[in-house]
Amino acid sequence: MPEVVLLKGVNKVYENGPIRTQVLFDVDLAFEEGSFNSIIGASGSGKSTLLNIIGTLDRPTSGEVHVAGRRTDRMGKDELAALRNRTIGFIFQFHYLLPEFTARENVLMPHWIKGAARSGEAERKADELLDVVGLTKVKDNLSTRMSGGQQQRTAIARALMNDPKVVLADEPTGNLDSENTENLYRTFREVSDRYGTTFVIVTHDRRIAEKTDRIVGIRDGRIDMDVRV
Amino acid sequence: MLPFRIAMRFLASSKAQTALVVVGIAIGVSVQVFVGTLIDSLQESLIDRTVGGSPHVIVTSAEGDVIAEPGGVIAAVDGVKGVTATSVSADRPAFLLSGASTSSVLVRGWDIPQADLIYGMSESVYDGELPDGWELLVGRDLAEDVGITVGQGVEVSVTNGSRYSFTVSGLFDLKVSSVNLGWAVAPIGTVQSLFSLGSGVTSVEFQVDDVFAADAVDEEMSALLAGFPVQVDNWKEQNEQLLSGLQGQTASSLMIQVFVLAAVVIAIASVLAIKVVQKSRQIGILKAMGMTDRASSLVFLFEGLVLGAAGSVIGVSLGVGLLLSFVTFATNPDGSPLIDLYLDLRFVLGSGAVAVLAAALAAVIPARKSARLSPMEVIRNA
Repeated sequence: MPEVVLLKGVNKVYENGPIRTQVLFDVDLAFEEGSFNSIIGASGSGKSTLLNIIGTLDRPTSGEVHVAGRRTDRMGKDELAALRNRTIGFIFQFHYLLPEFTARENVLMPHWIKGAARSGEAERKADELLDVVGLTKVKDNLSTRMSGGQQQRTAIARALMNDPKVVLADEPTGNLDSENTENLYRTFREVSDRYGTTFVIVTHDRRIAEKTDRIVGIRDGRIDMDVRV
Repeated sequence: MLPFRIAMRFLASSKAQTALVVVGIAIGVSVQVFVGTLIDSLQESLIDRTVGGSPHVIVTSAEGDVIAEPGGVIAAVDGVKGVTATSVSADRPAFLLSGASTSSVLVRGWDIPQADLIYGMSESVYDGELPDGWELLVGRDLAEDVGITVGQGVEVSVTNGSRYSFTVSGLFDLKVSSVNLGWAVAPIGTVQSLFSLGSGVTSVEFQVDDVFAADAVDEEMSALLAGFPVQVDNWKEQNEQLLSGLQGQTASSLMIQVFVLAAVVIAIASVLAIKVVQKSRQIGILKAMGMTDRASSLVFLFEGLVLGAAGSVIGVSLGVGLLLSFVTFATNPDGSPLIDLYLDLRFVLGSGAVAVLAAALAAVIPARKSARLSPMEVIRNA
């Protein structure tokens, strides 16, 4: 399988005045297309930074980052924005839906950002995704009028709207109870199988990681484990 | 257009805040419209009272005091733009004898219908009628001082001592006491024969539609009349003090408007600055999803524009409403409005447009802040 994410010798150093903190050390990592992966590590291990660099929200201090075959660490901001819009779906711990919009509008947002005209096809796609995550009944609710689990599932549908090559999820179950967590993983699996989307899920919970096909462990900014199940 | 839709949603999601800003802008715009129009109206009515019933441009002879061929002068300046009325006048000092009293007057010989367009004489005659043949109009102050009544016979004594009999056809009141005391108006033909002027006149008088352009008309006429032995004057040269007073008023009105505008700009800028902070989560997530910096700054530009437009529309309506109620309720004892309203549509709409522009300008700083916002900051500081 070709690699959809490729990191070569990635270092990340945060400088805050005289204080210099290195968060990632020479990380080499690749994820294959359609694979279902997790990154685990204690808080402060650098796993979220790694995810943000893969997601092009953050830049490496040195090293190369390739997403969907394109080198991103040298791209301009607008080019990165377009790449994120078309090839990467984000699911954050705190959902980050737009409270001013309904669930359905939130799902359609990546399509609208793409600058595409309103189309029946896109709206059917959004409805289909909302159906996949089980939100057909509440799709016209404002996101503030939904439960935490519903919001998280809306965020998943949104992440999938533009048929991304890779979905990056940062502690997606952090705010959910065990039942919702279980449902969420089932949904991730379904989506991955159905659309062939690559998933990279960052978590500190080993039990969750064990449900994925590959577990990458991070400790103090270095990869100390890489297990394929 | 997505940034516009997002801007509208942001505005709708905090209705109280939006309403407050719109009301703030509306008050600013309405004050601007109200104060500006009031001062304009005051000036207009002041000018109207000062120069409305008098010629704005006067052509007199440069040699002696008689223009022998007024027809040539009038023909030469025919076609000068902005001239609304043209008349000729033959003026001569004389004595008016009524009973035992003798008064010094300026006998003004007018082409009555033409001069009426300038002086509004037909409206100023409060007793009797306009003169014809050997008839005279006498002013209110002179009539009251000497005791002249309509239909009475008077004599006019010219400089060579000859006396001519006239009948007083009417009494006028031009609201200027020196004029009411000193003018005696007769038909031009009568005066020309009285003073042996032939077809000569002492002045050709013009009114123009824009009184402040009188100097431009003056200039144009001076050029056209270069070959004639005449000189051209306008009211502005003769009323410099009034003009500088008006200019002072205009400047103070402008100052008020500038400060109101500044208050509007600061209000919008500060509210939008707060909004950027309030909505930074949303902006961050939109950028993570691929919204460009430019589009995210447009959101706030549109917010500024929409706030400005809504405030302008309400403010203009409010300002015009205030003016109308001012005219309706602020009246003289006789019920006539305290001032005549001159609603300058260009000024009113201009005030609205300037507020919209100012709102857009005020949104530039918040918009740039939004453009600079990094999605990482938002995600890291969750």
